[in-house]
Amino acid sequence: MASGTGTLTLAIRPPNGVRRLPSPLWGGDGGGGRLARLLALMLLALVTAPLIAVALRGAGVSLGPADWAAVRFTVTQALLSALIATVLAIPVARALARRRFFGRGALVTLMGAPFLLPAVVAVLGLLAVFGRSGLLNRALEALGLPTVSIFGLGGVLLAHVFLNLPLAVRMILQGWLSIPAERVRLAQSLGFGPTQMLRHLEWPMLREVLPGVALVILVICLTSFAVVLTLGGGPAATTIELAIYQAVRFDFDLARAAGLAGVQVAICALAALAAWGLVRPAGFGAGLDRQVALPAPGGWRRGADAAVLAVATLFLILPLMAVALRGVPGLADLPPSVLPAALRSVLVALTSAVLTSAAALALALAAARRPSALVEGAATLPLATSGLVLGTGLFLIVQPFTPPMTVALPVTILVNTALALPFLYRILLPQTRALLSDYGRLADSLGLQGWSRLRWLVLPRLARPLGFGAGIAAALSMGDLGAIALFAGERQATLPLVVQQLTGAYRLEAAAAASLILVTLSFALFWACDAGGRRAAA
Amino acid sequence: MLQLDHLALRQDDFSLTADWTVNAGDRVAVIGPSGAGKSTLLAAIAGFLPPASGKILWQGHDLGAVPAGERPVTILFQDQNLFPHLTVAQNLGLGLRPDLRLTPADHARITAALHRTGLEGLGPRRPAQLSGGQASRAALARALLRARPILLLDEPFAALGPALRAEMLALVREVATETGALVLMVTHDPGDALALGGAAIFVADGVAHPPVETRQLFDAPPPALRAYLGPK
Repeated sequence: MASGTGTLTLAIRPPNGVRRLPSPLWGGDGGGGRLARLLALMLLALVTAPLIAVALRGAGVSLGPADWAAVRFTVTQALLSALIATVLAIPVARALARRRFFGRGALVTLMGAPFLLPAVVAVLGLLAVFGRSGLLNRALEALGLPTVSIFGLGGVLLAHVFLNLPLAVRMILQGWLSIPAERVRLAQSLGFGPTQMLRHLEWPMLREVLPGVALVILVICLTSFAVVLTLGGGPAATTIELAIYQAVRFDFDLARAAGLAGVQVAICALAALAAWGLVRPAGFGAGLDRQVALPAPGGWRRGADAAVLAVATLFLILPLMAVALRGVPGLADLPPSVLPAALRSVLVALTSAVLTSAAALALALAAARRPSALVEGAATLPLATSGLVLGTGLFLIVQPFTPPMTVALPVTILVNTALALPFLYRILLPQTRALLSDYGRLADSLGLQGWSRLRWLVLPRLARPLGFGAGIAAALSMGDLGAIALFAGERQATLPLVVQQLTGAYRLEAAAAASLILVTLSFALFWACDAGGRRAAA
Repeated sequence: MLQLDHLALRQDDFSLTADWTVNAGDRVAVIGPSGAGKSTLLAAIAGFLPPASGKILWQGHDLGAVPAGERPVTILFQDQNLFPHLTVAQNLGLGLRPDLRLTPADHARITAALHRTGLEGLGPRRPAQLSGGQASRAALARALLRARPILLLDEPFAALGPALRAEMLALVREVATETGALVLMVTHDPGDALALGGAAIFVADGVAHPPVETRQLFDAPPPALRAYLGPK
């Protein structure tokens, strides 16, 4: 029997295929809608209040030549990082897309990890390989060649490529795997060689995918702080984030910090706006390994692919192995500051994971039911800011009332929550939409509302993305070095800050040991949340 | 009785009007071509679509401001009638208490409803472990527990074969008799409409026509219905 409603439901659906449900009065959930609006307003306040504080304090501040140099360096290094990481990712993604070999799945998974890798740890690993007394320079010395320095623009680019290459590879790989199998078979039946494949199938895909990939990396690198704090610095290699930090911590020139933060917001907002419009959901999620039989040409191309994969794998793994090798002996005599810092970090990470997940869920549920500019704005605005910008604003707000040090951890939790929210919101939104269109009416007709709806419908159905999202939020918060650097003293330091301080003092063994603990905790938190979600969904 | 008082429904460029009354306990088939608005009509009665104008009244009370879950209505959709993450027993329990705080008496009623619909012992299973026919039975068992005075069927058996569909229709008639419910059932199949017994509403060209005794309707079909049914 044919479906009686096919044409009608097609006709009444908005073009994006999402069934729009009537107002809350009709769909129930009036209380939930109000809660989400209130939450959206609170989030907007959390982000806009620091921005207003920054604007008030920073208005009319004239930035000096050093500040404008920082602005130029920020944009230059971000553009170069994005360009290099994207270009280098193309051959890696292509080799992964068309070759099948033992360990390929593990390698794709490994590519997902650096998104959660604390930047301070990456820096430490790169120092171990490319630093003053690192593997590379020792090899160069042994060969009687001049050594290279990891500090300055080159080092910043190296670290940004290290951190973002895997993300770029995964996004481009997704592009390759999204080439329709039929088109590949058609190309094969027409006898296309590798050159024609590139011209007619791969290049059109790349032209569509690459700008988005580069923009995402650009946005990430514009607000990079931890990398530049260690590898940059000086008049030639200072970013806006670092200049803000120095203005607050060393010069205590809050007006200048505010002026710099204003410039940073303007740049980030532009880039985020461009990226948000252009980019499809990023490929750091699970389930990215659909098998498509792409032709795998033999001959020198086979060797080239193998070489590309080997170099990329070494580039990603060597620094991490160096941290591990250096860190294990250091575990025996860790500095006493590490343990309390680790506890603080876990506390911060778990609290902001819970807050971010709850807020993102409420906003996504509201947005799925009824598109709302308020909700969308609250979930997107944080992208225009950065840890140091929000930190500066909050610093300005609390400073008249209390020494900022006393609120270091709550502020860090709030900033981390705001910054992770856009990611979680984007992870949850498609799933909440599907939930509503599949079971919204059934739940409404059974009077499943409020707590019962959350308990028996929303949480069990969304456990998987919620766990995944909470894991991302926890790991990002665990590894983040941003606002905390502005606020913390000795007794408020989180683990990434301790790692950074040890690295800065060139106590590399102790830093590596602390890094091992940091990385282990980050991934353990991610794994626990993700696995918990999957188990709850099963 | 259920009264559609100068009811007009609108969605984008689609519209449907209805102005008639059916009585408590009636059995009414809703037939008509695809896209005519049969499901929209049921959605409006169930509370998913506010009328553009006119009223829907049950026993003289306007249902306009009543949310879907509080209407005197049970609705069975084409699919997704059971939550896949809950057991069959929990799915039935939602019909008694949405918060699933079930008393021993509630559990006894669930067991009885499962027994009544031929699903003994399947309470602990998940819907994915049921056959299509069993899933339909489970949805009907929940309707039995809810015992609301209006039962709306939006082609819930469309995916079943003829024999199973006949079986389900028989079960619908039994459930309706036990709960005294008014049945409005969307169908494509004149045979199903006749098997339900009672009256039929023909929906076409933006109008849900008043109910006519089913046999009589098919014996002397108006031109639009004759075109829909095709040559005998």
